Amino acid sequence: MTNGRFGIHGGQYVPETLMSAVNELAREYERWRGDRDFVNELNNLLAQYAGRPSLLYFAKKMTEDLGGAKIYLKREDLNHTGSHKINNVLGQALLAKKMGKTRLIAETGAGQHGVATATAATLLGMECEIFMGREDTERQALNVYRMKLLGAKVNTVTSGTATLKDAVNATMREWAGRMADTHYCLGSVMGPHPFPAMVRDFQAIIGREIKEQIIDVEGRLPDSVIACVGGGSNAIGSFYEFIDDESVELIGCEAAGRGIDTPYNAATLANGSTGVFHGMKSYFCQDEFGQIAPVYSISAGLDYPGIGPEHANLFDQKRARYVPITDDEAVEAFEYLTRMEGIIPAIESAHAAAYAMKYAPTQEKDKIIVITLSGRGDKDVAAVARYKGAMINEQ
Amino acid sequence: MNNEQITINNSKLTINNEKIRSAFKGKKAFIPFITGGDPDIETTEKLLYALVEAGADIIEIGIPFSDPIAEGPVIEAADERALKAGCTVDKLFDLVAHIRQDIKIPILFMTYYNPVFAYGVDRFTDRCAACGINGLIVPDLPFEERDELLEPCVSRGLELISLIAPTSEERIARIARGSSGFLYCVSSLGVTGERNKIGGSARLMIELAKQANNIPCAVGFGISTPEQARETAEYADGVIVGSAIVRIVAEHGRDCVEPVRRFAKNIKQML
Repeated sequence: MTNGRFGIHGGQYVPETLMSAVNELAREYERWRGDRDFVNELNNLLAQYAGRPSLLYFAKKMTEDLGGAKIYLKREDLNHTGSHKINNVLGQALLAKKMGKTRLIAETGAGQHGVATATAATLLGMECEIFMGREDTERQALNVYRMKLLGAKVNTVTSGTATLKDAVNATMREWAGRMADTHYCLGSVMGPHPFPAMVRDFQAIIGREIKEQIIDVEGRLPDSVIACVGGGSNAIGSFYEFIDDESVELIGCEAAGRGIDTPYNAATLANGSTGVFHGMKSYFCQDEFGQIAPVYSISAGLDYPGIGPEHANLFDQKRARYVPITDDEAVEAFEYLTRMEGIIPAIESAHAAAYAMKYAPTQEKDKIIVITLSGRGDKDVAAVARYKGAMINEQ
Repeated sequence: MNNEQITINNSKLTINNEKIRSAFKGKKAFIPFITGGDPDIETTEKLLYALVEAGADIIEIGIPFSDPIAEGPVIEAADERALKAGCTVDKLFDLVAHIRQDIKIPILFMTYYNPVFAYGVDRFTDRCAACGINGLIVPDLPFEERDELLEPCVSRGLELISLIAPTSEERIARIARGSSGFLYCVSSLGVTGERNKIGGSARLMIELAKQANNIPCAVGFGISTPEQARETAEYADGVIVGSAIVRIVAEHGRDCVEPVRRFAKNIKQML
């Protein structure tokens, strides 16, 4: 078996044409990750450009209202471009530049990763092309325009279900045809090795900051860290620092769409089974013949039929637990957080807040919960309005 | 006998691949590809007979997959049509078992790994062997990951065909040495689909592969005209033609059998 295994998961299941590209990337990443100049340059960008460290905010009103554990919000929504995606993108773009690549390509679901990639490409003077499912270009039209403003070419993907997985297919095909000058800036902790480990390393700053910040204000580790999971990059970024701290409970929130008992969900660990897809062995939503299932979530960023291999292993090892959150619960949390704390979360992040709303009241007041708010919700305001409108019509 | 030794987990296994090797004996092999169940199973059956009559030496049947990441738009659309028409791997096993009474040339399944994995590697290879499949081509199972499927294949007498690509470079020798049956040489970068020009790198790839292992080398990806087939056959032991045939199926639907037969004959005559 190859490198890049997390238990039985991970690996490098890509066509032979791409093997040289993923091997080159793995080699170069190993070379540069320990290079002092590279690390300094990246840290400088994260501080001066992305605005790190992001705040760890004590949600006092929410804590009092829910009447249980103390709730802190890790404010990745305050990063430049509005989400955690910039952490990974700056790392990969800088690495690509060191590798002599002049062009970045990327998939995007909600558009956050596409915007972040287009931003980094602009900053570092690289060409940029984004692949986005047609359905997502419609529900996230504003982000499409942002990417174009930033000078990126946006390709609409119409094949398959025309969502995130099809955008990944299209980007992989593009990469297989052009890799000499092009880096595939994958947006989550998925795909073939080295992406799951590399993207995790670039996102692990979230958890490192949480640990430092919570010890600073509370003098101890949190009891629970909660994050939403699509591919799982903000979640693994939040969890990674705490994996060896066994007292810290790690909770990932999957998109249950209209319910895990309906065909309309993207809850990979609740409903999926082991498979091999998009370069990795992991859990996937699929039928008995291994056809990848069309998935659904109100959140374009969680609308993915798989999960990163490190999460699959944390699930197998029972080191993290994963809970399904429905559209209804996420929308309720979206509105709750907005009214309670004056913070409009991304609909993805609202899945994490939704679980905290259920969980915090069951916990003692001396417990500490950290919720990672992976992104801001401006992009979702129109979609939530539509969702509410539809519900009113149904009544 | 044309036996070869290959190494799996450091133990040497001997497999008999005479049937596939003989498809290359004294001739350039014509290896057409069709997507199974496109537009339906009945037409696939007729196409298999038509391809044999047209002179196919080996046939590749693609198992349709929801997300075929190595395919261009032509085969991707065929996969979508086949799945919509209700094609499943079970139906393809039944089809192959049925036509095996008449069709004696080697038949390979071209499949992404997940349909094999989901079916169960042992169960899948059992059924392949039982229905008379001779081997598998799994484009998203590269050399480094193949052990989990290679052992079950070899123990059932199935070939697991290896691929090399223009980017394989120093990997070519290693892959060629570990290959059996024939070596699938991907002509150029990118995904499957017709191309105006077949990359010049295929010739060099074959030279490098043959230095490592005297194995038949068939070239695929992009070959869409009889002229391209002839040019490719100057240096390759076989030519694989996929998208150009699948396009005819797309254009003619259930009436594709005659046009495919004519096209396949034209290719074969050039080899």
